[in-house]
Amino acid sequence: MTRVLDSSEKTARAVAGRRPIRLGPFSGVLRWQPLVALLGGLVVLLAFFVLNLGLGEYQISPVEVLNTLLGGGDRAQQIIVVELRLPRSLTGLLVGAALGLAGAIMQALARNPLASPDMLGITWGAGTAATAVIVLGGTAGSIAGALANYGLPLVALAGGLVTGIAVYVLAYRRGVDSFRLVLVGVGVSALAGNATYWLLTVGDVNDASRALIWLTGSLNARGWEHVIPVAIALVVLIPLTLIGTHVLGALQFDDDTVRGLGVRRDLSRGALLLASVVLASIATAAAGPIQFVALATPQIALRVARTSRPPLLTSAVLGGALVVGSDVISRTAFGGMELPVGIITAVLGAPYLIYLLVRRYREVRA
Amino acid sequence: MSRSVAVGSPRASGHGAASTASGGGRLRQRRRRRFAGIAVLLVVLVVSCVLSVVIGAKTIPLSDVWSGLFTPTGTENDLIIRELRVPRTVVGVLAGAALGLAGALMQGHTRNPIADPGILGITQGAALAVVLAVYTFGVTTLLGFIWFGFAGALLGALAVFAIGSLGRGGPTPVALALAGAAISHLLQAITSALVISDQQTMDTYRFWKVGSVSISDPAVIPQVLPFLAVGIVLALANASSLNALSLGDDVARSLGHRVEWARRAGIAGIAILVGGTVAICGPIGFVGLIVPHVARFFTGADYRWLLPFAGLLGASLVLLADVLGRIVARPSEVQVGVMLAMVGAPLFIALVRRRKLVRL
Repeated sequence: MTRVLDSSEKTARAVAGRRPIRLGPFSGVLRWQPLVALLGGLVVLLAFFVLNLGLGEYQISPVEVLNTLLGGGDRAQQIIVVELRLPRSLTGLLVGAALGLAGAIMQALARNPLASPDMLGITWGAGTAATAVIVLGGTAGSIAGALANYGLPLVALAGGLVTGIAVYVLAYRRGVDSFRLVLVGVGVSALAGNATYWLLTVGDVNDASRALIWLTGSLNARGWEHVIPVAIALVVLIPLTLIGTHVLGALQFDDDTVRGLGVRRDLSRGALLLASVVLASIATAAAGPIQFVALATPQIALRVARTSRPPLLTSAVLGGALVVGSDVISRTAFGGMELPVGIITAVLGAPYLIYLLVRRYREVRA
Repeated sequence: MSRSVAVGSPRASGHGAASTASGGGRLRQRRRRRFAGIAVLLVVLVVSCVLSVVIGAKTIPLSDVWSGLFTPTGTENDLIIRELRVPRTVVGVLAGAALGLAGALMQGHTRNPIADPGILGITQGAALAVVLAVYTFGVTTLLGFIWFGFAGALLGALAVFAIGSLGRGGPTPVALALAGAAISHLLQAITSALVISDQQTMDTYRFWKVGSVSISDPAVIPQVLPFLAVGIVLALANASSLNALSLGDDVARSLGHRVEWARRAGIAGIAILVGGTVAICGPIGFVGLIVPHVARFFTGADYRWLLPFAGLLGASLVLLADVLGRIVARPSEVQVGVMLAMVGAPLFIALVRRRKLVRL
């Protein structure tokens, strides 16, 4: 991935031995480490994906999986791979990518590793809305089934969007200071989180359990109707945000410098934030608030690619890999019982973040 | 009994501040204002206590409240007052004071204005321990799992601070916050896994999780009281070191403060205060986050004043939120943790918007 530095030729040439690449108004410097990180991430992602399609109660070898995907294989393999496992795995892949990308945009914008959709309350907002439907819908009887099957993602999406916009509006005061944004987000997510837990005490214990599974993030029984919205969001928003990286490079400086560089700060910041909120909300609507992905993958990508801010594409790829890899584990590692994928992402992601923290400090010490 | 703990210690610290402050009209004026502030807060606390005892699901006439407190005859109203409302008020005061103090300590030591037990892994540690107790040993009473919660909170805090301080220069705010986020997510995930797989655990967990000062067994109070008292003393004793630490570790060291020990004492105080509270009441958020900011608004950055203010303010806030929770959903009630979020979050956001928050 190229690292956009500045549009001025002088700065780009100032880094010895690195040739600037130009494309119209955009220019950047080619660095190998981020590119290797991106390609490596893609390989890992594909490996997990194929593995996830093959493993399960009915085992299919990776070669046969590829063959089946290309139209071969017998009828049973076709049904299992293409109709059952493919949509589920694709949902995981796309949701992970969307969460990774959403987190990377937000962390780069706010210059704060804690500014992820989880911390800003967006996934919590989606969670509150969904919990309300699951728990209160249960008491309303027949509405529950219909809403839980079709309405739940929509309700969650609306909850996430409303929360995201509320956070932005509440943090807006002659521009959005990133620090204030994080603080407002902390306030709003605490509000939504408490409302959610209160809702859990209101309903029947069965509904509460169902809601908690959803709140943990689960890929169970996901079909094409979950794949398509996330795919559309990614197809539209990835190119837009990549154009945005041009601005992100400037936005990481303080406000006065940003103004000096001629970037329309609030407009670009608002647009990028909105993109991040939409991505996080749609991902949450499809699979529940899968924990840790939006928070951890940008930080992991940052350290693997050794860039100055979370690299967008690599974060997306690693996010997808984390969720699909976790799904492999959640489906196969616990015998008959299937744990929600969000538990695995957290159990995997957290120690890795700790390891990175420790390692970085060792390096600083040495 | 509990009130004397919350009230007595700030006075002691107030005298300390008074004796060190030098003359000068402005200083004297400021000191007078701070004393006045303490007095006002004490009045607010007393009023909150009275409201907490008087207002409840059942309307009890004031004369019955009085006789229930001082000349009980064993009527139903007497029992409600003595067995339910008074313990609940005591727990509210204790929890509020402890969380307010812990929040101020935490923000001071991490120099992170959004430091909060929930962010630093303490709450999640306690939650996991409580769930483990329910899941493996079938414990369902508060008296049974309180020690699990306490131990879990201490371990969670210890893990976060250990990982957060691995770097050069000790626990930096960002390292602590990241370590806290990592540990919290990890513990939360394990908790969810246990809760999802067992409905009995889920049923206990969901009611503990919202945070409530309405305890089922008043016998819990004397058990936790000594720990909270130690925590409060540690916190208040930490005040002058915190003042020095706010100038930076190096300056503090050159002023003759033993930085490492001050930090250890502070962290121990935080863990004991939050651990004790979380174990009895569940994760009550927002008190620790918001109270120090409000207190700082009145006292400035001097921790010798900030800490007592935060303690008193926290106690009143929890009591009032609890009373409000009983009023809004009569005859049922909304738990204090939820009420605090409903009241605290908008207040916090207003505070964040109103003025530039101190970047500690």
